[in-house]
Amino acid sequence: MTVAAPVAAATEGGPAPGRARSRGTRKSRWLPYWLLAPGTLWLTVFFIVPMVTLVGTSLQTGSLDAGYSLTWHWSNYTHTLSTYSSQFLRSLLYAGLATLAAIAIAYPLAYTIAFKSGRWKNLLLVLVIAPFFTSFLVRTLAWETILSDTGFVVRILRDVHIIGPDGRLLATPLAVVCGLTYNFLPFMTLPLYASLEKIDPRLIEAATDLYCTPFTAFRKVTWKLSMPGVVAGTLLTFIPAAGDYVNVQFLGSPQQQMIGNVIQSRFLVVNDYPGAAALSFSLMIVILVLVVAYVRRSGTEELV
Amino acid sequence: MRTVQWVRAHSVAMIAALALGFLFLPIVIVVLFSFNNPAGRYNFTWQGFTTHNWTHPCDVPGMCTAVGLSLKIGILSTIIATLLGTLIAFAITRHDFRGRSSTNLLIFLPMATPEVVMGSSLLALFINLNVSLGFTTILIAHIMFNISFVVVTVKARLQGLDRRLEQAAMDLYANEWQTFRRVTLPLVFPGILAAALLAFSLSFDDFIITNFNSGNTVTFPMFVWGAAQRGIPAQINVIGSLMFIGALVITLAVTFSGRRRAAR
Repeated sequence: MTVAAPVAAATEGGPAPGRARSRGTRKSRWLPYWLLAPGTLWLTVFFIVPMVTLVGTSLQTGSLDAGYSLTWHWSNYTHTLSTYSSQFLRSLLYAGLATLAAIAIAYPLAYTIAFKSGRWKNLLLVLVIAPFFTSFLVRTLAWETILSDTGFVVRILRDVHIIGPDGRLLATPLAVVCGLTYNFLPFMTLPLYASLEKIDPRLIEAATDLYCTPFTAFRKVTWKLSMPGVVAGTLLTFIPAAGDYVNVQFLGSPQQQMIGNVIQSRFLVVNDYPGAAALSFSLMIVILVLVVAYVRRSGTEELV
Repeated sequence: MRTVQWVRAHSVAMIAALALGFLFLPIVIVVLFSFNNPAGRYNFTWQGFTTHNWTHPCDVPGMCTAVGLSLKIGILSTIIATLLGTLIAFAITRHDFRGRSSTNLLIFLPMATPEVVMGSSLLALFINLNVSLGFTTILIAHIMFNISFVVVTVKARLQGLDRRLEQAAMDLYANEWQTFRRVTLPLVFPGILAAALLAFSLSFDDFIITNFNSGNTVTFPMFVWGAAQRGIPAQINVIGSLMFIGALVITLAVTFSGRRRAAR
């Protein structure tokens, strides 16, 4: 699942051809392996092997000066996880909230593009993706400008007494969740669009003809049929949001630190490699477990 | 009554319009503040209009070198990742082989892994092997995370291809290579192009994985990260605006040239 793939898949259509019949000659039997070899080798050496190294590093003890050595020190996990449990839970909470907010924003958008946009469809799709080609960090800094104490949003909210005269938006959980929601929105919009686009509008008409209210028709037909997009979008939003540390750095404060911030600072600032590796691998496991459980529950198999 | 009905009929579209406004608000700020004449080191409040930032983008020490480096890494990693990923996509869609499901898993996993985990695990590898961090390690990392995205994008295009076109070419006495060169490749090319554009933008914009594997090498996102602690020059917004305009022009061109060809 990528940003482009669902769109490509949705706009191409066309017949799905069967797999090539292998001709059984020696050349074609080995050809797929020659095609696969360079890329899979690269992924093995620079993705799988590093994961193993990460686990190894997480079980080391030592110091930066004396050097680290593998001592099967499992308490690196219990120690760091108990120290940083609040950051860990906060990451999952913020990522979950951002994912829900992204569904709320992206669903009407994807629905309108899929069903109501007519000949503006392609233009709207481009407009939805285009903002995300501006550098991730630059647009997060733009949010810092928008939400800053001297910015117009805070001034309006203070004037209408929604927040107090000293109330702020920056350095609050709201700002961080807002940044996370914004930054990963296309990963929600595009899969949603891809699965909404495939729905036959006549199914929804049929439901209303059979005396469904529009809301029931939406709940029982549209929403159900768009589930693959909801699942894919949820994963593509939740996973990067849970590991992010840029939004907290620019929009939050130390009170909103997420697990990404801890991993980043323990690895790159404090140089506590084993502790950081233990946290990093724990995050990987938690994400994988959540992903598998979620995909199982929603019963969507056609993700890859 | 009529207004109420109109509002009800268009409520979803109006929410969508609000969502579009939410999408573009930061972009408007980025472009607007690229014309700001900031008083201090930070570019957070509007002081006055100037075109100085646009006419002197390289006045900020180090920024243009960082942009150049990002372009270089982006182009190199795009070429290599597009090549490796396209080969895998062909193998997966066109051939039967043992180990298909483990290959699919190997492609899927990098996309399901948070960047901070990928970045830190690569750093753990480089530390354990005593590899010095810099240009090469960034390039290795960018190729790694780009391969999966290329595979999925090219695969989507390949699966939508009508196999009968190739069979027709073979029936008309084209050999395998000619069929590939004259029929398959031109048909798949838009998918490869889309994959390359995606890979370039992912590489050019990558921060988190680069942050772990760059050492003292400064790419454009690394420059912005550093600047955010020291003071943010308005020229950063110039680069941000240029990226937005460039991407908008390219995606519009690709989308609408593709449509015109389809219409013909």
